[in-house]
Parts: sequence; structure tokens; C-alpha cells
Amino acid sequence: MSVLELRDVHLTYRTAAGPVPAVRGVDLTVDAGQVVGLAGESGCGKSSLISTVLRLQPKSATVAGQVLVGGKDVQTLSWSALRAVRWGEAAVVFQGALHSLNPIQRIGAQLVEPILVHDREATPRTAGARVGELLSQVGLPARYADQYPHQLSGGQKQRVMIALALTCDPQVLLADEPTTALDVMVQAQVLELLTGVAAERGMGVLIISHDLSVLATTCHKVAVMYAGRVVEEGPAREVFEHPRHPYVRALARAFPTIGDTTSRYAPAGLPGDPPFPDHLPSGCPFHPRCPEAVAQCPSVDVRLWPAGPGRAAACVHVDGAEVHGAGLR
Amino acid sequence: MAVTSPVATELSDDSTPGGGSGGLGRFIGLRLLSGLGTLLFVLLFNFFLFRLLPGDPAARYRAVKNISAQDLARIRDELNAPVMEQFWAYLRDPLALQGISAWKGQPVWDLVGGRAWPTLVLLGTSTLLATLIGIRVGIRAGWRRGGSFDKVSTGVTLLFYATPEFWLGLLLILTFSSGIGPFPSLFPSGGVIDSGIEPLSMAGVVSVAEHTVLPAVALAAVYLAEYSLIMRASIVDELSQEYLTTARAKGLMDHVVRRRHAVPNASLPTITLIFLNIGFIIGGAITVETVFSYPGLGLLTFEAITEQDFVLMQALFLVFTVSVIVCNILADVAVAVLDPRIRT
Amino acid sequence: MSTEPPSVMLSSRAAARARRGAALRRFARSYAAHRSGMAGLVILGLFALIALLAPVLFPADMLDITKTVQNETLEPPSGEFWLGTDEGGRSILAVLAWAARASLTVGVAASAISMVLGTLVGIGSGHYRGLLGSLLQRLTDWFLVIPFIPLVVVLAAVLGQRGLGTIVLVLGVTSWPGTARLVRAQTLSVEGRPYLERAKALGGSDWHQMVRHVLPNVMPLVLANTTLTVALVILSETTLAFLGLGDPYLDSWGTMLDKANGAGAASTGAWWYLLPPGICVILVVLAFTLIGRALESVLDPRLGRD
Repeated sequence: MSVLELRDVHLTYRTAAGPVPAVRGVDLTVDAGQVVGLAGESGCGKSSLISTVLRLQPKSATVAGQVLVGGKDVQTLSWSALRAVRWGEAAVVFQGALHSLNPIQRIGAQLVEPILVHDREATPRTAGARVGELLSQVGLPARYADQYPHQLSGGQKQRVMIALALTCDPQVLLADEPTTALDVMVQAQVLELLTGVAAERGMGVLIISHDLSVLATTCHKVAVMYAGRVVEEGPAREVFEHPRHPYVRALARAFPTIGDTTSRYAPAGLPGDPPFPDHLPSGCPFHPRCPEAVAQCPSVDVRLWPAGPGRAAACVHVDGAEVHGAGLR
Repeated sequence: MAVTSPVATELSDDSTPGGGSGGLGRFIGLRLLSGLGTLLFVLLFNFFLFRLLPGDPAARYRAVKNISAQDLARIRDELNAPVMEQFWAYLRDPLALQGISAWKGQPVWDLVGGRAWPTLVLLGTSTLLATLIGIRVGIRAGWRRGGSFDKVSTGVTLLFYATPEFWLGLLLILTFSSGIGPFPSLFPSGGVIDSGIEPLSMAGVVSVAEHTVLPAVALAAVYLAEYSLIMRASIVDELSQEYLTTARAKGLMDHVVRRRHAVPNASLPTITLIFLNIGFIIGGAITVETVFSYPGLGLLTFEAITEQDFVLMQALFLVFTVSVIVCNILADVAVAVLDPRIRT
Repeated sequence: MSTEPPSVMLSSRAAARARRGAALRRFARSYAAHRSGMAGLVILGLFALIALLAPVLFPADMLDITKTVQNETLEPPSGEFWLGTDEGGRSILAVLAWAARASLTVGVAASAISMVLGTLVGIGSGHYRGLLGSLLQRLTDWFLVIPFIPLVVVLAAVLGQRGLGTIVLVLGVTSWPGTARLVRAQTLSVEGRPYLERAKALGGSDWHQMVRHVLPNVMPLVLANTTLTVALVILSETTLAFLGLGDPYLDSWGTMLDKANGAGAASTGAWWYLLPPGICVILVVLAFTLIGRALESVLDPRLGRD
């Protein structure tokens, strides 16, 4: 059963210089108990996409398509129904290293808050007890409830963020770069914790990261975004080890595989920068940076096309790829 | 509930939260120390500023009628002493407790003491009024930045911000005190209390209130502009903070996000800034009290200027400056108490 | 560098000029998007025009009390005197136009002094780490707590001779601490940037570092801040003049209000004498405030002053 389903989601920012399409038609499904990764460079639209799930996108953005959380389209819900979905059905593990916690409120008060909002039967006493349990589940002593955010280390704050996301037992957890800015040892612990608690409760998890290798080891399925679209998706390991899209190949090579000595001798990066969403290259938006671009790339628009069992990629090199001529758009 | 994840039991993280309660005490101690430094500077400044005066300082006392020959001789001796000697005498007694007003021939501190309470009443009421309204307006405007309330209120506050408070006072006298057109003469202007009434009686309180309404409104309108602009800017600063996104994601209602998360955070810089701007408030009191003949320290300053009474002016300047220093220290301590990042 | 042929030098300089020109155009475009900032410019332009044209529109004779004695004093607005007359029988409209010259001059001149002082102290306190730096910083902090208006009032009273120069000087030497604090903060952030590290590593002198690297980076914010200082200075001049500390022989909006108050305009209902100078002060102060806020918001969008 899918707990989160995105159907042809578009997100466009209105700016003084005209509309800027950040997300251009993304389909993505997260099932209960499934861990899905969403990868891509900064600016590819992954954060914009995630902001639509709780309708937290800025006011300057318009969203088209359907964003279904537990079957309800959050983009069209009434405000009161939306508030019930927020944290009650889908919760976010924000980047704890940033100021995602209120700096002048005690950790305990911030954890109790959503419980009191969403659980009508909760009293400050029962909510406090629950916060103590949650803190110990994420490996923090219950007395940390009396601390302020600045008294905790980055890893501890990230654990608090996970505890916070669990307060209302949501069906979906969205983790927005949960390990960025943490050191490597702490990264591994946090990821294990995150996927561990989710698996135990049968939650669906969507992890956003720019680090494909991290996703490959923690997720069941990954989707890689480029210029506002998913360019490849499939089982995490397979996508990482045998990418079909040249962009994903470059992305996978950018992170050395531990134990594989050859990867250390072929450090690969991509020439150039990801395109600005306000003027995308024609055809396949990756073609100016693509080492395998051919004559037709600048003029054709490639959609996701089956590329093996459970896999899909958007590249003319994938056998049988459905290619739309430039004149069709 | 059982511990779910194997890693959850072990803590690799470096820091354990410090319990430090000594932080606040240390902070206040340091703040008092730097306040003391500022005070010392102000004392030196106050001394040398008034040595800039041209002419024979003793001559200024000649016009004073009701001064004793003894006092006059003492003043002459003091003023004819070498500057370093005078400076030393000043350092021993910076408040110049025996300073004699060249205008009234009375000790200056008697004059200042007698005029303090009307100013406290006036500044107290207008600050209260301005804070209550200004902060609210600022919060609402900043929260819906660019909305219609913001546009109107920011326009109005900028207008008040640009208004000389004494001019507003004059207009208030013109409309509500002198009476113009349909407006009858509603409020008295001049003085703080009708003569012959005991200030601490019921009638006294009413009379003081009547005399205070117009000057308080004139001052409050200008402070209000200041406060609401500062609060609006602080709220706008908070709008982009991630913790507000977290609060919204939790499913809180908009006004709860604002009241419980944005406002407390935005209040901290506001407190500091408001107290940093208190110099303007005192400046406003000088002109507004003059316009309304409200017998406080502001009117006394005006009188000291017109009467060229520099001893009195020096004392008043010291009072104003020291009150600002004290207010600033209080503001910093208040922020430290409210902000756990400083407190702990 | 010296091995480069001159033509390359020239073209790189031309490129720099082109880049600056493009930056300026971009700046103008984003400023023009601020409606309130544009309104401020229009108001200010109007007053500057009035100030410039005052001698043409209203011959100096109109201000000479010895030549206006035959006029009715404190006369309400009429066909001859659109804004009525003052206690000397002078046309308030004429005095108002001439006063714009004094008020704008004081505002701009004093703010220029304040800008220079504030920039010097600010850059110095941010650049020099040792005794000098901390001394300058202390000095700024100390002057920041001294209440502004009382300081100005006392200084003006102490200095005695009331000329335009005295007033400019008094307001100029008292209003710099805010600028200094801003410049110091900006200097500190610039000093942390890599190109300054490079200048230091290459042995650039303190002067070179401050003038070639720090100054260009703090200047835009300083200009925005100075615009706001002009507003403050004009308001303060009004206060000074109202307290009788202005130049008694020079008509400014402040002295007009002082005289109006002295002539009992508020108690006798002579609104035509009270309203116009106050409204002029408000409009000009508002104009400078709007321009300053728009500049700040273009330079630093995070300020949210729009």
C-alpha cells in the first residue's frame, strides 16, 4: 500500500523575471515500510518537490499534479484538514544542524507541542512521558528534554529531530538531507537509527540526499533528479552499481566506493554546473554536460523509459527509449 | 517500549550538555563592568565638554541675585583653580553635589530632584502606550509582510517617524487645548497639576492625568513608530528561519506559530534596539515638555539653555546619560535572562 | 603584472568599467522596482528644485522684515499671501522656500561629516586588531549610549556662536557612531574573505587593504546609511532650532516653528504658521527615509525593508 504518492507534480515559482519551473512532472511512490531515496545536485528541484508533501512550499510557488498522503491530496485539502495531515500522517526530519529547532525553547517543550496538538487525549503529563520514551529510543537520555538546542552537538540535534518526527506516529517520514553537515561516523548512526525506527513501525521513508552512495546503502529504491525531472529510478543497489543514465553514472562515480580501489584512481566529476531552472537547455537538459551526447540530444525530449526489471531511465541510449521530437513540445 | 535500534544505546557524541548556571552571573558581572567603563568615560566627557566654554565662568554668577556672598566666593575660588585641580575635585565628587545653579542660585540637585517625577510620569505613560500598540502593530505588519495591513501601517509609522514630536504637540494644543472649529477646549496645557492640589490625593491624580494626556500622546505617537518599525524588522528577520518551517510542519495554527515561536525570538533583538534608541526618547521629552510647559527635566533643560546655566545643564546631561547607561544594562540583562544561549 | 602588455591592462580596465556599468544598471533596475523609494526620490527632487529656485521665485527682499512691516502680521491665507504671513508680516510661503535651502544644506553637510568620521572609525576599528582597534570600538560604544539629542543640545549650547557652520559641525560630530558600528561589522565580514587574506599574504599595506579592498565593499551600505542619517540630522536641526539653538538670522523650518511657538501660534489658532513648516520637515525626512530604506533593501534583501 502506498503511503505517499506523487502524480505528475509540477512546481513553478513566480518571480519578477517570469515563471521559473523547479519541478517539471515527477511521479514517485513510497509504500509502507519502504525506504526510498531521492538524489540529485543542489538546484535539481528535490527540495522544492519535498516541500509540496506538507504544502510547505513558499507562497510564490504554484503546484500542479497530485500529492497524495494516505490517499488525500494535500494540495487541495482545507487548512484544518491539512493541519491534521501535517505531522499526524507525514512528518519531516529536518536538518538538525541548521536552526530547525527553536533556539530559545527547551527540547522537551518542542517535542510535546505536536503531541498536544494532534492527540486530543494527551495531557502535558502523558505527553511528557512519551517524550522521555522517544528520547531514549533515539539514544538520548530523557533529561535532555530540559536542554536547549545550542547545548547539543550536531548529531544529538539530529537525533532530537528524529524523535520529533516520531512524536505523532506518522505513516510517512521525509528526511531532508538528514546527514549533511554531520561527520561520517555520526552519519552512519543517524541513518541506521532512522531506517531502524521506520522499519519497526512500518513507516514509509523518503530520504533526500545529494550523496548517492549514502542512499545506495540505506534505501530499497532510489530516484535521481536532474533539472526538475526524475532521470533514472530503480532498486538502489542496481542504480548505483549499474547506472543507465550518463548523469547518474557520473554522480555514482563522484563518490568512491569503499573497498573498490579502482574508483580511487578514476575520480570523476562532471564538467560545468547544473542548469538554472529559468533557462534550461533545449532537448535533454543534460546534453551540454553529457560525455555521451549525440546529435539528436539537443532537440529531443526523452521521458522515463523501462530500462530493465523495475528500472527506468530517460536517455536516448536506453534501448527502445521513447523519444519525442522537438516539434512535439 | 523497547530500544529499537542497536546504535541507539550508545552515544558517540562528544559533548554532554553543560549544566552551567554560572553563565548568567558571569555575563551580568561583565556587563556591569563595561557599564562602569562607559560611566567613567561619560564623567570625563562631561567634565571636559563644559571646559570648552568660552569666557570667564565665574562671571556667569554675577547676575544671580539670591546667592550668598559665601557661596559666590567659594565658586570663584573653585573656578579659578587650575584645570587639573578642578578635574581632581570633579573626580572626587563627580555629581558636583554642591554645584550652584547660576540661574536660580540654588543647589542644582535640588532643582533636578524637584523636577524628576513629572518626567517619570510622562515617559512612563507614553512608553507604556507606545510599547503596547507599537509592538503589536509591528508583529502584525511583519508577519504578513507586504500585505495590506503592512502597507498601511508601515506608511503611517514612517510618517510618524518623520514627525518632530514637538510639532505634533503644538498641533494637539491647537486642536484640543486652544480649541479650534468644532473642538472645544478639552485639555489644559501648561503645568503638570492645577495649583493648590495635593499630588497624592484623588483630585491630584486626576489633575496630573489631565495635564499628561496630550504630551503623552505626542510622545507616544513618535515612539510607537520607532517600536513598531523595529519589531517589524525583527519579525521579518525571523520569517526565513527554519524553526518556523518546523513549527508549521507540526500542524500548528498560524497564530500559534507566530505567538509561540516567532514573537519570543523576535523580541530579543527588539528589546536591545529599543533601549539603544532611548536617547531619542529623552530628546523628545525635552521639546514636548517645553511645548506643554510641563515642569519636568525636559523643560528644565530648556530653561537651562535659555538662562545659559551650564552647571545645571551639566547635571541634567549627567542624569540623562546615566539613565541611558542604566537602561542599556537592564536591557542586556533582560535579554540574557530571556535568551538561553546567553544564559547557559 | 608588469610583464603584461599595456593593451591587456587597458582592456582589463575597460572590462572592469563595463562590469561596473552593468552592476550600476542592475542596481538602478532593482531600485526602480521599489515604489516607495521612487516616491522618496520624487519628493526630494521637488524640494531640491524649490530650494534651488527660491531666490528666483521669492526675491530676497520678501524676507527682509524692514521691508515687510507694512504687511498685516499673522494674517490668514489670502489671495496675496497664499499661506498667510508671520509675525513680521513676511509671506510664509517665501520663508518656507528659503528655509528649504538651510534645512537641506545642514542635512547634507552634517551627514557628510558624519559619514567620513563613521567610515574612518568603523574601518579602523574593524581592521586594526590591537590597541587602536579596541580603542576605536570602545569609543563607538561609548558614544552610542550618550543620548543623542541632549548631547547635541549641550554641545550647541556650549559652543555658543550660532552660525550655520556651528550647527553643521555639532550635528556632524555627534551622529557618526551608528555609521561606525555598521561599517565595523561590514569590515569584519570583508576581512574574512579570501581575497583579503591574499592581499595580506602578498604583503599589502594596511592602507592598501583598507582603501582598495575594504572601502569599496563597505561604501554602498555606508551611502544607504548616510541617506538615513540625513533624515535624522534634519529632524535634529529642527529640534535644535526650536529650542532656540539655531542660527537666529537664518530661516530654517526649525526656526520658523520656534518663532511660531514664540508668537503663540498654537494658542491663537494660527494654523497656517504651524502646519507648513512641520509638513515640509515630515516630507523631506520621509523622503530621505524612504530612499535610505529602498537602498538598504536593494543592497541587502534580507533586511526586508520594502
